Amino acid sequence: MSEVVIAGIGSVPVGEHWELSLRTLAARAIHAALRDADGLKPRALFIGNYLASVVSHQANLGALLVDNSGLGGIEAFTVEAAGASGAAAFHQAVLALQSGWIDVALVLGVEKYNDMDGPGLAAAVALSTDYDYEAVNGLTPVGQAALLMQRYLHEYKVPRAALGEFSLLAHANAVNNPNAIFREAISRESYEQAELVSDPLNLLDMAPYLDGAAAVVLARREALPPDFARPLVRVSGSSLVVDSLALHDRANPLFFQAAAFSMERACGQAGILPTDANFFELCDAYSIYAALSLEAAGFARPGEAWKLAQAGCFGLKGQLPICTLGGLKARGNPLGAAGVYQLVEAAQQLRGEAGLNQLNDARRGLVQSLGGPASTAVTVVLERVSPTAGPATN
Amino acid sequence: MEIARHWRLKKQRYALVGEVCPHCQAKIFPPRDVCPECGGEAKTEFQFSGKGEVYSFTVMHDAPAGFEDNIPYTVALVKLDEGPMVTAQLTDLGEQAIQIGMPVEMVTRKIRSDGDEKGMLVYGYKFRPAV
Repeated sequence: MSEVVIAGIGSVPVGEHWELSLRTLAARAIHAALRDADGLKPRALFIGNYLASVVSHQANLGALLVDNSGLGGIEAFTVEAAGASGAAAFHQAVLALQSGWIDVALVLGVEKYNDMDGPGLAAAVALSTDYDYEAVNGLTPVGQAALLMQRYLHEYKVPRAALGEFSLLAHANAVNNPNAIFREAISRESYEQAELVSDPLNLLDMAPYLDGAAAVVLARREALPPDFARPLVRVSGSSLVVDSLALHDRANPLFFQAAAFSMERACGQAGILPTDANFFELCDAYSIYAALSLEAAGFARPGEAWKLAQAGCFGLKGQLPICTLGGLKARGNPLGAAGVYQLVEAAQQLRGEAGLNQLNDARRGLVQSLGGPASTAVTVVLERVSPTAGPATN
Repeated sequence: MEIARHWRLKKQRYALVGEVCPHCQAKIFPPRDVCPECGGEAKTEFQFSGKGEVYSFTVMHDAPAGFEDNIPYTVALVKLDEGPMVTAQLTDLGEQAIQIGMPVEMVTRKIRSDGDEKGMLVYGYKFRPAV
């Protein structure tokens, strides 16, 4: 099977881009990634997007974005898996490259959240819930997270403020990320006093939904030109697993089964254990998801991830740094684009380009993106490719 | 307007009608095409008692379209006595504090209005403290 590498990355700052359309956001990320990939020509564009068909009244993004970005009529289509759309698109691109069908692929995660406002927008975001049996009763993704949080606090006798550790950590890590929406640390007091959104979940337990676009160029390594000089990151494992759409259909809602299985399978492909990774870009769309993801991966026993967070295990100098550039919480959550941002940030760490947040000796990273409450989970194992001695340049 | 959809779901919404698997006797709600326990085809109707207990709950302060006038409202995961779990609003709470494990029972209530003031009213199950 072909070795697949990330050969270029690009993204725009996450934010409320009132002045930018879906197509312009996409074009900026695409051209940033193509510039970074030193002239590689993609043969296909895999788009991860969640809400365009409702919020921007726009479908068939493949045709729109290839045309508007001047990609010369290459094949393109959208992959949708709610918040995991971008990572699912990445997974499809990896499969296309591994199959040998194409040599170079472009993956784009794009979300234009702020093309609508008010209750209609809240209803659009709730499309990831079961419409007939969850949304119709007034449940939203925030509500789903709150139901899990309430049960978690009860079942494991966890203090109310414990999950705030994950929000504090994310904000601290975003300070040095120019792409992040919140570049300032928050205090434990401000967390505890934050406004309730969906009791017991407060405003600082949730990542803000925002606009964004991020892209990566993927290639079969053997198909790269011999003089290709850009840093490479190997895709050693990629797995997409689904669970029930509705929370009520799960035997144990506090076990993110799809997250556990996709982690196991991606690591199996890479021939590693999760503990062999140097860092973990997990999905902290809600603070409770950070805890449940760590527990599903086996990094903490059920009900105890917050204790490890309190002990500093997940900080930049901890045993397993997470959300190293701010995570969804503080970089911002551009929904269907979030997974591609996570992949770009992991690649920055592995290329040694993470600035002040650069981890020492980052060789291998895990990236996990979730759609809904891990109704879809995509896990990717990325590894640094050491520069090999190329031909001498004069 | 989603008249056909609401009409199609009326047995579930008004009477909590699910299924019992003819192969393994598992009680199923919401109805499915395949039994989640044994993988057999599930088509036999089964009316649930409407009794259960609160597995988890949340008070929603931010509402999607159709629920703006209901804020704050409480959504719960209710574990039915027959086994399955269901997502539903809690109602008739008065001053009573909600607790996980609290016994509740199904009642029929207005859920939301579909569209503007001319839209149809959607009725369905909610759960109240067991009396």
